[in-house]
Amino acid sequence: MSQQAVDGVPRRGKVLTLDNMNPNVKRVEYAVRGPIVQRAVQIEKELREGIKKPFTEVIKANIGDAHAMGQKPITFLRQVLALCSYPELLEDDKFPSDAKKRARRILEACGGHSIGAYSASQGIECIRQDVAAFIERRDGGIPSNPDNIFLSTGASDAIVTMLKLLVCGEGRDRTGVMISIPQYPLYSAALADLGAVQINYYLDEDKCWGLDVTELKRALNEARQHCDPRVLCIINPGNPTGQVQSRKCIEDVIRFAKEEHLFLMADEVYQENVYAENCKFHSFKKVLFEMGPEFSSTVEMASFHSTSKCYMGECGFRGGYMELINLDPEVKAQLIKLVSVRLCPPIPGQALLDLVVNPPQPNEPSYTTFTKERTAVLATLAEKAQLTEQIFNTVPGITCNPVQGAMYTFPRITLPQKAIDEAKKEGQVPDMFYCMRLLEEEGICLVPGSGFGQREGTLHFRMTILPPTEKLKMVLQKICDFQLRFTQEFS
Amino acid sequence: MATEMSVLHKISSNVKKEAAYAVLDRQATRIKEELRQGARKPYKEVIDVYWGNPHRTGMKPLSFVRQVLAACLYPELMKGDKLPADVRQKAQGLLGECSGGSVGCYTATAGTPEIVHRLSEFITRRDGGVPSHPENIFISPGSQWSLANIFKVLVNREAPTRTGVLAPVPCYSTSALSIEELGGAVVPYYLSEEQGWELQVEELHRALESAKGACNPVALYVINPGNPSGHVQSRKSMQEVIRFVSEKRLFLLADEVYQDCVHGEKSGFVSYKRVLAEMGPLLADTVELASFHSVSKGCMGECGLRGGYVELVNLDPAVMKHIYILCSTDSCAPVLGQIALDLMVNPPQPGDPSYPLYDVETQHIRTTLRHNVKRAHAVLNSLPGFCCQPVEGGAFAFPRLDLPPKAVQKAKEAGLQPDLFYVIRLLEEAGVLVSPGSEYRQKEGTYHIRFCIMMPQHIMEEVLRRLERFHTKFMKDFS
Repeated sequence: MSQQAVDGVPRRGKVLTLDNMNPNVKRVEYAVRGPIVQRAVQIEKELREGIKKPFTEVIKANIGDAHAMGQKPITFLRQVLALCSYPELLEDDKFPSDAKKRARRILEACGGHSIGAYSASQGIECIRQDVAAFIERRDGGIPSNPDNIFLSTGASDAIVTMLKLLVCGEGRDRTGVMISIPQYPLYSAALADLGAVQINYYLDEDKCWGLDVTELKRALNEARQHCDPRVLCIINPGNPTGQVQSRKCIEDVIRFAKEEHLFLMADEVYQENVYAENCKFHSFKKVLFEMGPEFSSTVEMASFHSTSKCYMGECGFRGGYMELINLDPEVKAQLIKLVSVRLCPPIPGQALLDLVVNPPQPNEPSYTTFTKERTAVLATLAEKAQLTEQIFNTVPGITCNPVQGAMYTFPRITLPQKAIDEAKKEGQVPDMFYCMRLLEEEGICLVPGSGFGQREGTLHFRMTILPPTEKLKMVLQKICDFQLRFTQEFS
Repeated sequence: MATEMSVLHKISSNVKKEAAYAVLDRQATRIKEELRQGARKPYKEVIDVYWGNPHRTGMKPLSFVRQVLAACLYPELMKGDKLPADVRQKAQGLLGECSGGSVGCYTATAGTPEIVHRLSEFITRRDGGVPSHPENIFISPGSQWSLANIFKVLVNREAPTRTGVLAPVPCYSTSALSIEELGGAVVPYYLSEEQGWELQVEELHRALESAKGACNPVALYVINPGNPSGHVQSRKSMQEVIRFVSEKRLFLLADEVYQDCVHGEKSGFVSYKRVLAEMGPLLADTVELASFHSVSKGCMGECGLRGGYVELVNLDPAVMKHIYILCSTDSCAPVLGQIALDLMVNPPQPGDPSYPLYDVETQHIRTTLRHNVKRAHAVLNSLPGFCCQPVEGGAFAFPRLDLPPKAVQKAKEAGLQPDLFYVIRLLEEAGVLVSPGSEYRQKEGTYHIRFCIMMPQHIMEEVLRRLERFHTKFMKDFS
């Protein structure tokens, strides 16, 4: 029977309390939707109520939500999904024939020809087959087995499921999971939730957030003293850093995973978001297989993809998949059982994924428009990536690495000591203090670097490059001006 | 292929047990392939009534719902007047509530605020005015997702004793699996089959007592209307449950996804929240309750859209904060699922252009279910060896099977649960896929089957015809 004061009011006799609830859940944090975002939402409410502020809207550059920032959905995708939702529209000649063809095929594969029926927990079979075919094409013919593909409720769902499967042991034998610093905080949240040991390996900011195997070795060896490291997670292209790993780096990581007997988790949701001229996306699977059977038949790996990013930006559908390589068949049987607790991934998300892996072909009516729209989205993102790096690097106190890919910039900020002291006085980490000020003064919502992890003594923020170009220019300029003002104020 | 030194050889020990569905699914797949190849069988197709999957078994989606979804997906459709005015208006409104006017955007963690607000208004209406607060509602990809999150908060792996959750026997298998997968222990309480699967509070006391020394029970999970039992709890019984959890300091989890599936003439659904509210402030202000609902059942049957919610009552605000953060790591529920929830609780009203069709469609669904329940109950109870309690609500019939000893013996020799043995035979010989009672736990020495009753009448008749034929032969063969 716990007695504790909350907001000064004594709480007696609650059955579920902070003391007896799952302690792991208390350790979960998720900065992307954390306290700064809650404040942003509150400010939006205040604006709606007519309270005067130095700005008229809050720009939510905290979350990788392209449509929220004005990016338009791809016509073809929405046409097929509308047809799937209301098949009476198949009689409507406003819809192109290739859209109808795909809709019919998807509906045929759904129970009772309805997207409202549960599918198998692993996902609709013909969609998994299409995903496998897509992967084969993408990877220059390296075979992909539909049975090793699990559709999921966004990539996040699949990532968490794999971690659930992998994390075990007690005390010194507790599973350790290597994650990059900085990282997308789903990973740290999942590890906290599962009570796994988080093993940090640092990306090298001075080398454009590159990954060095010596750093992996350092982190691993240190971790071996207090846990059982079994998993290595890598995000490529990176979030929040945007780096696109070189082929050599990927080979090094694979070699390392093999030598150290680690399960590799390759988060590749941004695989089509590559902007830098000298960068190319190399899928972990492709590289693995090109390294020969010594590696391709032994290294155990899961790669993840999603419908939330790339050119589609359809976050709200919660579509995604993982491909498993070299998974022990007995373990796979357990995985099948584990995913059954979720029943099945949302059918609209599965259908959407099918279209992404099976887009209009050159001989099809929708091809021209589809390609035009897709190219425009990616070209605009590339433009904005460059713009962001350019503008941020003009102001002292902000250093920005090239945004090689993904959807974010993660610039380093240098703050005067006085500001850091002031932050401490207010009980905030310095980059949160900075970002909160920016939010209150300019209505721009970013996520402090502390939410992603960073080297001790460094400060960053993550901003999306998603606002429309003109607005982005304005936002970038405001942040630069704020940086100068802030530095001045605390000098 | 993996080497013998697979990294994953050591996996989480919570995830270890074979599921009957895997066995049956393989068999069904094989049979379907054989049929495709032209094999001669006493049936032309397999009828799958294993899961509560109404659209799969031939129920149709509601036109209004699908029209609104289509318009939200492809706003071009709102041009002109091909779609009814209220559909266009509703879609327009919903899109206005999405960031960027797109259903492809993330929403707030607990769901689009306006939809959450309308859910709370629905709950208040449903419960005769008992207030519901939006900040206590979290929309998720289906009720089981929410349930798993709440189980997760309750199950404390660091505690010296394993966390226990009281769950009914029989119980929906996914919920039980969810508890165990999180490291919790299921503490079974037996529903009284002879009393129509009633929940008797004495049994709750016994179950709680039995847990002493074995685990630390923290919660009671109730499914009302029941799955697979089909029982709809009386107000009196619900009051007893509430008093029990209050006295024993347990968290109450009320799975109410079948609240729109009540078929019996005498029984009506009342929510746990309402019953609680009507029991006076000492209980109403203290009993900690989570109630769950979903778009998967009822007249919607939209299982594939993955839309559900949990309403949390009387929780410690400090705990609520952590629940919010936990939910935020899932980003948000699928937007189409959220919209479906909204349409479920705010359907067309008399006077709306879509109302006549909506009314016809929903009446048809309700008539079909009532008819199917009557027929299933009658047919099953006419067959020696079957005994079916009244199906007052829910989506399933769960008759007891009195298997002849020879059949039980044969099953045991094959290393199978007797009801699984029966079900495998039924699938093979009659092309009907149902689930074995052993999947849901049952009193030792009793056997059952479960099958969905949400399907067009003619399919229900076919299922019953095949079942009757098979069962008669089976009982004869093993007499």
